[in-house]
Amino acid sequence: MRNDAVTFKIDWWIILIYIGLATIGLLTIYAAVFDAEHPAIYDLATSYGRQFLWLTISLAAGMILLLINARFFNNVAYIIYGFAILLLMATLVIGSTVAGSKSWINLGFMSFQPSEFAKFATALALAHYLDKIDRDFNKTRTQLTAYAIVLIPMILVLLQGDAGSALVFSVFLLVFYKEGMSGRILVIGLAAVAIFILTLLTGKTTVIIGIIVICGIILIFTKKRKENFWKIFGIAALVITFSLSVDFIFDNVLKQHQQTRIKIILGLEDDPLGVGYNLRQSKIAIGSGGFCGKGFLHGTMTKYDFVPEHHTDFIFCTIAEEQGFVGVVLLFAVYVTLMIRLVIMANRQRSTFSRIYGYSIASILFFHFFVNIGMTIGLLPVIGIPLPFMSYGGSSLFFFSLMLFVFIKQDANRKDIL
Amino acid sequence: MIRKKDKYQERRFVIMGIFVVTAVVLLVKIFILQVVDTSYRQISANSTVRYMTQFPARGTVYDRKNRLLIYNEASYDLMVIPAQVKNLDTNYLCNLLNITKDDFNNRLAKAKKYSRFHPSVFFGQITKEEYGGISDKSYHFHGFYFVNHAVRHYPYSIAAHTLGNIGEVSSKDIENDAYYKSGDLIGKSGIEYYYEKKLRGKKGVKAVVVDVHNREKESFLNGELDTLPVPGCDLVLGLDAELQQYGERLMNGKTGSIVAIEPSTGQILAIVSSPSYDPNALVGRVRGKNYNELLNNEEKPLLNRAASGTYPPGSTFKILNGLIGLQSGVINENSTYICNGPISHPIKCTHNHHSPTSLTEAVENSCNPYFWNVFHDMLNAKTFGGVKNAFDYWYRQVVGFGFGNNFTTDIAFASSGQIPSRNYYDKIYKGIWNEWTVRSLSIGQGEILVTPVQLANYAAAIGNEGFYYPPHLIRAFGDGSPIDSVFTTKITTDIAPEHFKTMKNGMKRVFEGEHGTARGSAIDSISVAGKTGTAQNPHGEDHSIFIAFAPVDNPQIAIAVIVENAGFGSTYAAPIATLMIEKYIRGYVKRTNVERRIMETELK
Repeated sequence: MRNDAVTFKIDWWIILIYIGLATIGLLTIYAAVFDAEHPAIYDLATSYGRQFLWLTISLAAGMILLLINARFFNNVAYIIYGFAILLLMATLVIGSTVAGSKSWINLGFMSFQPSEFAKFATALALAHYLDKIDRDFNKTRTQLTAYAIVLIPMILVLLQGDAGSALVFSVFLLVFYKEGMSGRILVIGLAAVAIFILTLLTGKTTVIIGIIVICGIILIFTKKRKENFWKIFGIAALVITFSLSVDFIFDNVLKQHQQTRIKIILGLEDDPLGVGYNLRQSKIAIGSGGFCGKGFLHGTMTKYDFVPEHHTDFIFCTIAEEQGFVGVVLLFAVYVTLMIRLVIMANRQRSTFSRIYGYSIASILFFHFFVNIGMTIGLLPVIGIPLPFMSYGGSSLFFFSLMLFVFIKQDANRKDIL
Repeated sequence: MIRKKDKYQERRFVIMGIFVVTAVVLLVKIFILQVVDTSYRQISANSTVRYMTQFPARGTVYDRKNRLLIYNEASYDLMVIPAQVKNLDTNYLCNLLNITKDDFNNRLAKAKKYSRFHPSVFFGQITKEEYGGISDKSYHFHGFYFVNHAVRHYPYSIAAHTLGNIGEVSSKDIENDAYYKSGDLIGKSGIEYYYEKKLRGKKGVKAVVVDVHNREKESFLNGELDTLPVPGCDLVLGLDAELQQYGERLMNGKTGSIVAIEPSTGQILAIVSSPSYDPNALVGRVRGKNYNELLNNEEKPLLNRAASGTYPPGSTFKILNGLIGLQSGVINENSTYICNGPISHPIKCTHNHHSPTSLTEAVENSCNPYFWNVFHDMLNAKTFGGVKNAFDYWYRQVVGFGFGNNFTTDIAFASSGQIPSRNYYDKIYKGIWNEWTVRSLSIGQGEILVTPVQLANYAAAIGNEGFYYPPHLIRAFGDGSPIDSVFTTKITTDIAPEHFKTMKNGMKRVFEGEHGTARGSAIDSISVAGKTGTAQNPHGEDHSIFIAFAPVDNPQIAIAVIVENAGFGSTYAAPIATLMIEKYIRGYVKRTNVERRIMETELK
């Protein structure tokens, strides 16, 4: 292994984007909690001071990762995964409860969310499992094992009461698809979500009548009516059963606050002082930014009237308010470039391990980006997951960096694979 | 690491497609928010949106004749949003509010602890007059503003325990119900507590744009985000304000309670607990101070003796023991027992009357030996097969009258009293006990404890000849919704109606008989049935107890009166009960001399 040459093979684009995003994040946190009386940038008593410290730590850790043998992570993938599962289980016992979910471990000097670490570990384990020569996504056994690798941490996180972080694991469906899972499963998943929402919005009767009408029309216009009858009938029956069970799932599986958040998004409920408050304020802040924004440090909505999350999960509001639509477009350009670049890099890997790992982190970053921003603009329910590299939070920044740098190292050594 | 062929390489374009399309969808939505929709632009860099809670009017409360018992009076809360406080002239504000600088700092710290960005109550319940002096200067104080927040007023100053009062929510209330925010008011006792969810209504919200000068400019987005408050539901209670007030005057200077019930519905007509206090004392900012004074008062005026005070029922319980004797068949209306007066064993008779004594005479004279004999014979009746089985029967009958908490009520914090069961004695006497052990129960002493509400309900059940509706305060809701069905569901005792007729005759003789223990309290032209009681009190003078209902054949009022440490039932409790009956049925009282004597007597 020629570690000495690693610097020349690193994908400097990714590094540049990473540092760019982290810097924007840092400045935005500074703006979000800006206090004219204490303008110092580097002060550990402030959130931006701490974030700056964490960025330094993350970068240092990233450098060390670049020096480690590239095979190392493939070899220890299961150990890291096992450790993550243990941590998740331990959290259920010794975790501290924050905002209703028991998902934090307090180490005294800092606390962190093991679910952040679990995402990284799951990506490694999945890549390692599928790397073996006899693994083939067309085999049921391979498929089931791959699902299990993702489902175990997902269920553990769900048990902690952190539905938002658990949902992140569902993005591995994209990786499965890339590795050969039938595209139909993706479509069925989307259709299920659509029926769920339609049922909540219009009531089951409307949905059931709609399904019957649509199936009837298909039957009338289909050519091989007799052969297709039972197929269509079966599908219709399944969909109707699902639609009938929506109320049950909604009332019994989801928690009260989750129900409320979904209802607010769907416009079924109005709660401007409670859960709806964040969302309304968030939309007002974004909307008030206009085309050009109010200028750095001049956002007032986010500073004065906002909910405490304006530098964590709702950090996008501050950017949108201060930088306007122009700033938003630029930010999107950077994120989309990052995700596309990661896909291109994943595609050029020779080893299955690195490829799958690359697609995994691209998908995870995509999910966080989509859900976080979707929530601030009222497109998705309020799910508390951070905006990668930008939201305030040490463990989030650290593990996202870790995840990224491991891939950068794999990519730098891609030619070493015979 | 092994090289395998990437079979699905082309699928990367689908994935990239998903990434790009999603980003575009988000961007379109953001474009609409930021550029297309102009409504958000009115928020300039210098103004902010303030969400102001619109408090609903709390439901008002009426008595059975639609007289106002509780209504709302205007009052104001000074709110603060700590993050918006700047350039504050602290001294000026402190002077206006008449508070010290320390107090000011405490209040601001408390608000900051709750939230820097959400409004909380800085200074609550400012009266209309005080508000006039401060409101026009409020623009000086950035981050402070007023909201309208009514306080309760009790025009009659009566029924403090029953009506209850409201106060600031505790942190526990906020935790239990997300509806409440710091500084909100919540029912703390009485019907204000019990019917909180009905009375409170639903808060609304108004979004207002506030400029740099702390002035509310316009309604944000033309009021699109605003929701109107929904006023609380009015309550109509079964109380008769006039009767209640009269009862409180009769109990003036005495400790105890009066409970009057309408037997045909179970609605409470009057419920007096004495000593009492003016409910208006627990309103507004003086609440805390006055509450502490009441709490530390030796006479315990905050205690609702009518619902949570428990007493032995004394001789009033003999009616029930007689009824159980009749129902079980050990006696009939003509049964007689010998009474040896003061030398009777094991319980002596305290009244002087002829012997042998009949059932109605025993009631008239409150003869202890008679009811001991009934109790003794009942427990030893062969049909039960043993004293303990017979005791089980007795227990079931007693509980059937609502003793030992057999009913639901909307009187907040009502006590259940205590009726000893077979297990209770088994535990105490390790299984070895008989009718002699529990002999005190025959005359309503011993381990029995009942509340005045239960006693009044008992009187109602006798008056109704075998049924009752759980005693309750509510009569109707202003929104027309039905009251809880438990209050309109008849509960029937296991005693046959004819036995009640027998006992009613005896209870009439308590007034009309030659030796009747309450003959001095008879009312002309109104037939009353009643029973005196004297509850032995280990801590001092006996309690004077009386139960009654009238008119005997079709009772409109059933009543229980307990005057603590006042001696015989006939001395205070009986005249108070009959004065209440007279007042309710006739509308005024003819026996003004009795009335005056009672009102002027202070027992301390």
